[in-house]
Amino acid sequence: MSQTTSTIPITASGEPVWELPSRGVVGMACLIIAEAAIFIIFVVAYIFYMGKSLSGPTPQQVLELPIFGTICLLSSSFTVHYAVSALRKDNLRGCILGLGSTVLLGAIFLATTAQEWYHLIHDHGLTITTNLFGTTYYSLVGLHATHVVVGLIMLTLAFGLALRGNVHEAHSEKLEVLSLYWHFVDAVWVVVFLVVYVIGR
Amino acid sequence: MANANPVWEAIDETPTTRPRRLVLEVVHDWVTTVDHKKIGLMYIAYALIFLVIAGIEAMLIRIQLAVPNNHFVSPQVFNRLFTMHGTTMVFFVGMPILFGFGNYLVPLMIGARDMAFPRLNAFSFWISAFGGILLYFSYIGGSGLYGAGSAPDIGWFAYAPLTAKVFSPGHSTDYWTLAVFLSGIGSVGTALNIVTTTLCLRCKGMKLSRMPLLVWLYLVQGGLVFVAVGPLTAAQIMLLLDRYLGSHFFDTQAGGSAVLWMHFFWIFGHPEVYVLVLPAFAFVNEIVPVFSRKAIFGYPAMVAASVGIGFISLSVWAHHMFTVGLGAAGNTFFVFATMVISVPTGIKIFNWLATIWGGKIIFAVPMMFCVAFLFQFLIAGLTGIMLSAAPFDWQLSASYFVIAHFHYVLVGAILTALFGAFYYWYPKVTGRMMNETLGKWHFWLFIIGFHLTFDFMHIPGLLGMPRRIYTYEAGRGWDNLNLIVSIGGFVQAIGILIFVYNLIRSRTQGDIAGHDPWDAWTLEWAVPSPPPSYNFAVEPTVNSRRPLWDLKHPEDPDSDYE
Repeated sequence: MSQTTSTIPITASGEPVWELPSRGVVGMACLIIAEAAIFIIFVVAYIFYMGKSLSGPTPQQVLELPIFGTICLLSSSFTVHYAVSALRKDNLRGCILGLGSTVLLGAIFLATTAQEWYHLIHDHGLTITTNLFGTTYYSLVGLHATHVVVGLIMLTLAFGLALRGNVHEAHSEKLEVLSLYWHFVDAVWVVVFLVVYVIGR
Repeated sequence: MANANPVWEAIDETPTTRPRRLVLEVVHDWVTTVDHKKIGLMYIAYALIFLVIAGIEAMLIRIQLAVPNNHFVSPQVFNRLFTMHGTTMVFFVGMPILFGFGNYLVPLMIGARDMAFPRLNAFSFWISAFGGILLYFSYIGGSGLYGAGSAPDIGWFAYAPLTAKVFSPGHSTDYWTLAVFLSGIGSVGTALNIVTTTLCLRCKGMKLSRMPLLVWLYLVQGGLVFVAVGPLTAAQIMLLLDRYLGSHFFDTQAGGSAVLWMHFFWIFGHPEVYVLVLPAFAFVNEIVPVFSRKAIFGYPAMVAASVGIGFISLSVWAHHMFTVGLGAAGNTFFVFATMVISVPTGIKIFNWLATIWGGKIIFAVPMMFCVAFLFQFLIAGLTGIMLSAAPFDWQLSASYFVIAHFHYVLVGAILTALFGAFYYWYPKVTGRMMNETLGKWHFWLFIIGFHLTFDFMHIPGLLGMPRRIYTYEAGRGWDNLNLIVSIGGFVQAIGILIFVYNLIRSRTQGDIAGHDPWDAWTLEWAVPSPPPSYNFAVEPTVNSRRPLWDLKHPEDPDSDYE
């Protein structure tokens, strides 16, 4: 008992190296699948109730294409990717730059959404109780915005840590996991954009 | 014989020193633990408590229905009883007890030291536990204005528009929504953990094609949880928005659709049946070969059938909704999909039979439960195929025939397999065997009670007795049948009480089990009972599907045949 041997005989010689996927990436992929299921239901509800509102205002009357916000959000996918690949090469300045611009672009996107909601509520009197369009629009876009907020909080945290010099190349995998979430939030926006602003109008 | 094997000596047998500790220390230890085994046990203990509560609710329902024109409870209380019974059994007994077994067994079976995310694991448990407490807190906190009720009384699938603020004033429905929502978050967290653990923490040589079938089934179950619980969570968010912010998702007055809620609920609800039954398959997959002294028959076919069930189960939900009027195309699709799912299920049953066939069968209690499972699951499947035919379903939807059918699945298949799993793994968890004589009493009382209840329950359904009715008039031909059903319920309850007594008694008085009381082949039997907190002193390496067979039979290892 003094000498340590395996409970199971080791005869692995000659076998290929034992490599398993990273648990961070797999865990995030699982979370993304579960989140995608939630979003699909909200998108289905939006499509199902399209044009079924009993009263106005309708999307045709009040919605405008959020081109600027969309460009900001989609380009933040590139900046976060840049941050990860910079960190992999141990380029901390590049990482800070990438994270900082991602946070900035995400915040601009949120601001455009806020402005749009203010416009809808204040100028058109459209709230979640107004009609089915309001119900499905605010819940779908709001669910997405909630995810943007969560992503921004985590990215800001990473940005702050990077500014303090606490982030190193060894953390690049963790940052990659976070970036996967952010890419997912962006991909959802593409769907929301298509359904709400292109098809729905 | 096994102990003569030099490899056994390599097991870390350092006796765990257990100094006497204060109660507070023990509680603190359990509350703050992130050990997958302790969390698994907490899941199981928590589910057993709710099993007893929901079982008592079922008994009250059966007393009320035992004789015609009965007024044992009031109609309002009756509505709350069946709502709480269903919700509790699905979300706070079925899910947690199966996740408990998964938590305990999956890391041990794949040679890992813990789950992939131990703290997430603890979070998932506590959030689910909080959900259950919230549901029962509704008895105290649920009553709102207008003297409207305490516990929720909306049925376990909570159809709209009954759940609207107008029809369900007060807060009981909100407690229901939040409890289910929280349980869903916990389920997704645990499923995520099990899937990640399976994919990322397997020991050397444990290829996917060598994993025990139990782990495979939990992998498929995890995948199903992601895609099934998401829609439920989304629907609960919508319901909350409807009730609190005045949105109109399920508000028919503003153009909303009540049928949409049915779709969303059953998109969760039907895969949920498979979320619950796949782990039951998993237990049978482990127990049947060991007690037949044969390797499982058709391993690849079993894996393929499990994955097949996972996919097909996503496209059968609307067979709960044939009476809505889905149109010819919809009906045809869902009838067909529902019938197709019996193909992979049939493959499984034949493979279990082929495993038993020609084996040296040992009728210990776990195996007895598995044989009962095979028989009862077959009948449950056959009534399922009957109900899958839309015209038949139109006649019997929401009758006691449906109740009998799905209780045959939930009790006759899932709970029966679970009891087998309790007897099988109890020695691993506690280091002591459960009492065999008490086990046989439990088995026979439970099985006889089960058949009294649920065989006879089909007939009032065929005679037109609808589900959820509060009472009925004498002379419709339902009287004696309902009395038999109720008596059977109490026989089952006695069986389960014996089981609980056996659980508690064997903890201190059972025979010492040793590592491997069943002479089994999977990795969990290679570690001491109970396993140390780190599971494996040294990371194991496996070369076949039955690592302990290789160990015990070096002259004829499985790895020679791969």
